[in-house]
Amino acid sequence: MSWLRTRLFSTPLNAALTMVLLALLAWGLPPALRWLVLDAVWGKAPAAACDAVRGHGACWAVVAEKYRFMLFGVYPYALQWRPAAVVALLTALLAVSGVKALWRPWLAAVWAAGIALTFWLMSGGLGLEPVRTEQWGGLPVTLILAIFGAAFAFPLGVLLALGRRSRLPVVRALSVVYIEAVRGVPLITLLFMASVMFALFLPEGMRIEQLLRAQVAIILFVAAYLAEAVRGGLQAVPRGQYEAAEALGLGYWKATALVILPQALRVAIPSIVNSFISLFKDTSLVVIIAIFDFAYAVKKSVETDFAWKKYFIEAFLFSILVYWIYCFAMSKYSQRLERELARGTRR
Amino acid sequence: MLHSERVRGIVYQALLLAAVVGVGWYLIDNTLHNLQTREIQTGFGFLGRSAGFEIGETMIEYDPSRTYGRALAAGLLNTLWVSALGIVAATLLGTLIGIARLSSNWLLARLASAYVETVRNVPLLLQLFVWYGMLTELLPPVREAIAFGDLVFLSQRGLRYAWPQPAPGWSAAGWGLAAAVAGVLAWRWLAARRQQATGAQWPLLWPALAMLAGLPLAGWLLGGAPTALERPVLGGFDFQGGKALSPEFVALLAGLSTYTAAFIAEVVRGGLLAVDRGQDEAAMALGLRPGQRLRLVTLPQALRVIVPPLTSQYLNLTKNSSLAVAIGYPDLLAVANTTMNQTGQAIEAIAIVMAVYLSISLAISLLMNWYDARLRLTER
Repeated sequence: MSWLRTRLFSTPLNAALTMVLLALLAWGLPPALRWLVLDAVWGKAPAAACDAVRGHGACWAVVAEKYRFMLFGVYPYALQWRPAAVVALLTALLAVSGVKALWRPWLAAVWAAGIALTFWLMSGGLGLEPVRTEQWGGLPVTLILAIFGAAFAFPLGVLLALGRRSRLPVVRALSVVYIEAVRGVPLITLLFMASVMFALFLPEGMRIEQLLRAQVAIILFVAAYLAEAVRGGLQAVPRGQYEAAEALGLGYWKATALVILPQALRVAIPSIVNSFISLFKDTSLVVIIAIFDFAYAVKKSVETDFAWKKYFIEAFLFSILVYWIYCFAMSKYSQRLERELARGTRR
Repeated sequence: MLHSERVRGIVYQALLLAAVVGVGWYLIDNTLHNLQTREIQTGFGFLGRSAGFEIGETMIEYDPSRTYGRALAAGLLNTLWVSALGIVAATLLGTLIGIARLSSNWLLARLASAYVETVRNVPLLLQLFVWYGMLTELLPPVREAIAFGDLVFLSQRGLRYAWPQPAPGWSAAGWGLAAAVAGVLAWRWLAARRQQATGAQWPLLWPALAMLAGLPLAGWLLGGAPTALERPVLGGFDFQGGKALSPEFVALLAGLSTYTAAFIAEVVRGGLLAVDRGQDEAAMALGLRPGQRLRLVTLPQALRVIVPPLTSQYLNLTKNSSLAVAIGYPDLLAVANTTMNQTGQAIEAIAIVMAVYLSISLAISLLMNWYDARLRLTER
């Protein structure tokens, strides 16, 4: 009772606000609940069943009907246990990497093994039936674009951040120009460049697959943002640490690797995780250059089937839920890290 | 020699520069060779040629016989227009939600944080698809448009609304508004000077409101008080007359502003939390009223924290407006894409788009840095 009084009805204005909000909820929630749950068509059902409730009930049958295509795209149907295993593997790796107690050197080895395993499962060979990258699709492609993007962009980003704080003017100028130029343009323009211009950059006869080109564009894009995240960390390292490292007789690279970077990266972790969340969402932009990631697979799954075409909103809501689960988990994680870090420095 | 830090620095830089120039030269050489063998035209000559494609909505006069340059300019104006409106809407919505998250009202704070946590954790592209889908599929067809009187009509074709017929009274009202803005600024300046000199405070809010409402009204009355409206009328397959907002535009604007608002809410919340409680208490001890405390003490300090991250959200919104290409709103990128497909001159088209976005980013950064510097000057 006292909780109600202090949290909802502390002042007349507050009480009025609460009443207005409750009225709005009472007006909006029941129809929403009816559409989403009560009147919706659940489980596998023909499109006709959805047509019957159209307008007042959602058609989740479209998800039951199309989920294999949404999740795995045009990957050969009989072999779809392989991308499913990749999704499980990469998700588990992400989850494991969040546990601070496991931040040990061998985690990098586990990642390397996981990435190798991902490639083997996706493309086959060595006893598995080979599958060309044009047939990859769906959620594993989204995870691969995001995780590989981060893995390769990270070292580049660290180098750029160090370059931006370097005492050498040429190094500094090149880093600044790269970082600011990339951050000044939208990712789509880089993806367009990758899809239409990379072919012109390379010697005749040399071709790179579309997926790899998009991956390169994403890496180059994310590196600039990671560089800024790392730079924030570098700036937080007190001058005394630099001087102490120098006093110990460490050279630039040794001082950086052993003294400065470990402290800088620790501070930068929350913003690095935030960059990764943005990256995860941004991978969906490859839809525009027609790469079969999760978002594009969901779009295509309903667009290409006349009977289900009307139920694209339900299909998109499903994809929104999947993206949301990944991003929400990561953002909660980053907020927790931030709090832990703040506690650590306050002491 | 090699142990001297200076010499090594110069050597490293020379090597890096050589590597960058070498890779650049290699790529350019390949590109020139490829352009030649594939007989692709180069140069910006295509800008002066006739474009030959329609653009759904433009703010400047355009038809397919106009040049590619004109088409790109129309696309750029669309980008700027939707970004400017988006920035205003996202700032208003985001500020409200950010303040709501800090409210002592549990329900309001919860709803606000549910909004933020939902919206910012979903790719904008998917949100745009859903907005566009809802506007084009769930709304009735033109013949059964949802009507608000005979002034506003909402249908699959977008929003149609009545608009005053051009009359001298309206332009007089416009001048009145401009005069009112100038008057308010002058009044503020005078009031500040007066307070510095004598300590007396002139009222600010009521004179400002009076000028903003009164002068346009006076202009309108002097201009003959025109009331004639141009109403949308159903004819043929669509409405005729009045003004229209296309579903593409509305979807893009709604998606951009609701998405960015979630991020701005976090920026505003962070800024308000960053102001020390003691500041508010000190202002209270000085006898300032709640409105004065917020306006004179809390807000100026919060703004210092808010402005830099707010700038990057504005930049993000502007860059994200290029997602228009996915739902068919003719922004700069969409027009450039069509241009590129028709002329085959991908390098030039993408270079133009990148240069434009870079300039916009630079301009917004400079503007906001100037504003930030002005805020900072008040610090000791």
